[in-house]
Amino acid sequence: MVSRLTQGLQGENWRKSLEAIALPGAALLVALMIFGIFCAFAGANPFGVYGSIYRAAFGSWSAWQNTLIRAAPLMLTALCTALPARLGLVIIGNEGALVMGGIAAIATGLSLGTALPSLLVQMAMALAGMAAGGLWIMLAGALRHYRGVNETISSLLLNYIAIALLNHLVDGPMRDREFVTKPSSAELDPTNLLGTLPGSRIHVGLIFGIIICVIAYILIQRTTFGFAARTAGGNIRAARIAGLPVGQLTLATCFLGGSAAGLAGMVEVAAVQKRINESLVSNYGYAGILVAFVSRHNSLATILVSVLLGGILASGGILQRSHDLPDATVLVFQGIVFLCVLFSDSLYGRFSWFR
Amino acid sequence: MRDRKFVPLTRRQIIRGLLATSAFGITTKLAGCGSSPSPNSPATDGSANAAEEVVVGFIYVGPKDDFGYNQAHAEGAAAMAQVPGIKLVEEASVPETAAVLETMRSMIEIDGAKVLFPTSFGYFDPYILEMAQEFPDVQFFHAGGLYQAGVHPDNVGSYFSYIGEAQYVAGVVAGHMTQTGQLGFVAAKPIPQVLQNINSFTLGAKSIKPDITTQVIFTGDWALPVKEAEATNSLADQGIDVINCHVDSPKVVIETAERRGVYSSGYHANQGPLAPNGFLTGAEWDWISIYTGLAEQFVAGKTLMAGDIDHILRGGLAEQFCKISPYGSAVTAAAKADAEAAREALISGELVIYKGELRDNNGNVILADGEQYEQTNVELEKMNWFIEGVKGSIDG
Repeated sequence: MVSRLTQGLQGENWRKSLEAIALPGAALLVALMIFGIFCAFAGANPFGVYGSIYRAAFGSWSAWQNTLIRAAPLMLTALCTALPARLGLVIIGNEGALVMGGIAAIATGLSLGTALPSLLVQMAMALAGMAAGGLWIMLAGALRHYRGVNETISSLLLNYIAIALLNHLVDGPMRDREFVTKPSSAELDPTNLLGTLPGSRIHVGLIFGIIICVIAYILIQRTTFGFAARTAGGNIRAARIAGLPVGQLTLATCFLGGSAAGLAGMVEVAAVQKRINESLVSNYGYAGILVAFVSRHNSLATILVSVLLGGILASGGILQRSHDLPDATVLVFQGIVFLCVLFSDSLYGRFSWFR
Repeated sequence: MRDRKFVPLTRRQIIRGLLATSAFGITTKLAGCGSSPSPNSPATDGSANAAEEVVVGFIYVGPKDDFGYNQAHAEGAAAMAQVPGIKLVEEASVPETAAVLETMRSMIEIDGAKVLFPTSFGYFDPYILEMAQEFPDVQFFHAGGLYQAGVHPDNVGSYFSYIGEAQYVAGVVAGHMTQTGQLGFVAAKPIPQVLQNINSFTLGAKSIKPDITTQVIFTGDWALPVKEAEATNSLADQGIDVINCHVDSPKVVIETAERRGVYSSGYHANQGPLAPNGFLTGAEWDWISIYTGLAEQFVAGKTLMAGDIDHILRGGLAEQFCKISPYGSAVTAAAKADAEAAREALISGELVIYKGELRDNNGNVILADGEQYEQTNVELEKMNWFIEGVKGSIDG
């Protein structure tokens, strides 16, 4: 929708840009109405629920912080699906790439310790995380390109391998026996942890997410690399005939997507969890797939959709605590919103007034 | 171009529709903010009722009706809410990530919670410790006995139950009911708590028939329903006729055992309704007495910080920190009688579960004749062995 918006702003028709705002907006309103009916059936006052959602997600600075903290990892994991999608690949290995990124980051952080200045250690951790996540997804891309293996299936299965590797490491070689809560690695040195943005409790991962999303947008929309990728995505045969290096494009795009998710893993380790254990697998990757599809694989829209999903997740608690709705209610809400937004997608160009 | 027209809408109709929806949106927002003084707003709640009500927040890692760990805590919380002067707020399915930090913060800042019970074991470090430092006036209670005096903040406390005692009693029942002399145990991970449950259960059974064995299968994680079902089936295939478990939700194990026509012994909460034929009994947490006891102290204004409440609360059957599930229909009178006798003996303290001579399943002597580990002995919390009669390895 943002690409349509930007096209509209540059181009001929202001009505087109209005369409790009009006359709998702209307979809959101319809979703709220359907969810209101659901709440009424569940015995809660829909208007009270709307008020609570707004207050819990966007009603105050504290609520905004809650929303943005939840949105930050989604921006990065979404790119793992969104970037390869430009080549026509459906990659869903986000969770595995995040886990691999987290493992590489903690291994780097623990082995460097305090040997180097903390900024260098943090950079090394970020690079290691991105490389690990990138190579992981590049594996799916390579299987696709060289052996014709379906990349959706292989990237999905790579998730399980990554998670099994994580469990093996924290149960065995990397386990910190002093930490009894659950099998985990040792803790990062406090100086190597990522800090928060001044005046807030939001960790710097949010900035990483926004910057990487903008870079990805420019890369896809404004460079020859992006043009080649989009061409190959549009028609792979035509791209080959035109002499585009489809194999290199596939591997590079998969690497970039995976490295974004790997960075999300590094941020999760260095800013939130401080050590790795099974909690590293907490569905940020799978939620990222959803974000990528709803944002129509547009990296700028990814930022907005992540914030929207973050807000929905942030309001999940209040639905339980103030309205006695079951804990799955927030998933129902999430599902309705995304179905409506996806459906609204099919309405572009259907209203003559916008043309 | 004609077929691209979705519905024959005129511009006027579109405008009318947009106006109507935005009007709906505006009224929605007004109604949401204005008319319903929603119970969570701090202005109405925090200040008006603060004098009389203590807001207590409970956080669960899974659903409240999981027939397992979370349900046991939720039942305790529901009992706590009955104590006059306590207002309960709950949130379920909160993962052990930044999400639990936000939930705790939101309970404190929006609901005005003064006491929090983040119940999952994995919430403690780093999440509870971080929040406890930021909110020194709020009390944090955690199940699992991880609190260390002098290391952790003063406003953190932990409570823990010697549920192995209940497993011992369940083992006595299982020892009576097994025909083949082979028991099975579906376990998540080889950590001390799990090993202690397996050993206590087996010792209870061996007190009835000394040559009973317990076959252990580790699934590798706390919630793997498919593997749990496979493990249960595999145990049943081996001729094992009583199956116990230690996973987050025993539902799958109990239901699979029932379908296979073998007996089952439960854990965490009461799974009796899931297996009307084969359920024997189970080891349950009993958080009701400890939660209501704490609630009365909160209402009386007592706190951890002032030293009015102990930082570590521990107990077993005697202190009502755990209990055994109601006996299933299959349990014989003789089994019940022996189980009750064991329960009485554990409560009075005359029965000690771990006493010599005790060997591990590799033949090494754990306790020489005359030695024993009392329930409070910290050696039990570091357990890394299986007693003789358990088939399995602690390497998983």
